[in-house]
Amino acid sequence: MGTHDRAVYATATPQQRVDAIQAALEARGMNVSEAVEGLDHLAQEQWVPQNGARVVAKAWTDPSFRARLLTNGAAAVAELGIAMPKHHRHLVVLENTPALQNVICCTQCSCTAFTVIGLPPDWYKDLEYRARVVRESRTVLKEMGLDLPPEVEIRVWDTTADTRYMVLPVQPPETVGWAEEKLAEIVSRDSLIGVTRL
Amino acid sequence: MDGIHDLGGKQGFGPVRYTNDARPFHTPWEVRANSLYVFAVRRGIFNMDEYRHAIERMEPRQYLTASYYERSLTSLATLLVEKGVLTHAELEQRAGGRFPLAAPSAPGRTNAVKRERFALGDRVRARDEYVPGHVRMPAYVRGKTGVVVGESPAYPFPDAHAHAVAADDEPTYDVRFRSEDLWPGSADSALIHVGIFQSYLERA
Repeated sequence: MGTHDRAVYATATPQQRVDAIQAALEARGMNVSEAVEGLDHLAQEQWVPQNGARVVAKAWTDPSFRARLLTNGAAAVAELGIAMPKHHRHLVVLENTPALQNVICCTQCSCTAFTVIGLPPDWYKDLEYRARVVRESRTVLKEMGLDLPPEVEIRVWDTTADTRYMVLPVQPPETVGWAEEKLAEIVSRDSLIGVTRL
Repeated sequence: MDGIHDLGGKQGFGPVRYTNDARPFHTPWEVRANSLYVFAVRRGIFNMDEYRHAIERMEPRQYLTASYYERSLTSLATLLVEKGVLTHAELEQRAGGRFPLAAPSAPGRTNAVKRERFALGDRVRARDEYVPGHVRMPAYVRGKTGVVVGESPAYPFPDAHAHAVAADDEPTYDVRFRSEDLWPGSADSALIHVGIFQSYLERA
């Protein structure tokens, strides 16, 4: 086999493969470019954890919203203009307390309520988190910087159907009385996943 | 299928590669790979269950060495070829090199013959079933008993929906297991909740 053949049989880079797919669809007259540019924008600018942070800040300051959120998450986030894709028909909001830590995962791939809590970070989709968090929850959380006292109960939620989850973190006591906008700034994505406390 | 993707409870993995400012994307091609698969779903070329299953059909060596978005683009390309939208040869020619695809699919199946409606608090068992095609019940609950803590609206049944098999939509149940029951003597104490389709469950 000559140099030329070796080059042909090398696996194309991911970039080359993505470009090949887009070009091939384009050649079928599918007008891909405009659509995917719009989707690129949604993924980077709209499907962000600031949405979930607004939901949490509202829940902390408005008890009736909090009650609606815990009863029917999808309807409550829609009040704030946050939509969910068609295949996410149900949003379950998991309320943390000082004695209870909820944490979410997807052991089989990467499912998340991404329009609410943002597209998942790299570690959430990695093999290590997926394999270990269900079986070694306390150990994994500790390795990630959340060393929970033994009396705190851990509840792990594996996203293995089309129900989606969001963690409602405990409001830090020193922030009671803050304005909603200021509260939203302290709510991190990882607190919406449940691997940190605020 | 009992594939490499079904990682829950597998041992031997090292620390989570955690940083508190981790991003969903690291390069522009990752963003584009994500957008292209969403485009195909929105165009109705394939559905989310077909997309998930084509990732799961990647051979284990390929699956484990690919990055997340590489798995995504492999699923996308596999389905575009299987659906007759594109050919593998065209993809390799345009990419200027090999373009590995996922392995072919085994047959799917329709809903369980006997399905029960469960109430909150019911004790249920995940059926001891081995499915060659797509299934969303993680293997770590197979044959295990838990308690129903939530019910969600009816969804397409994944084992059928991933294979163009006709089936009724069915509810899913959030079932609470004790980690001590899932991995006796070998797990941190916790309550583990799994979203389980009705066909996968029987009354305990």
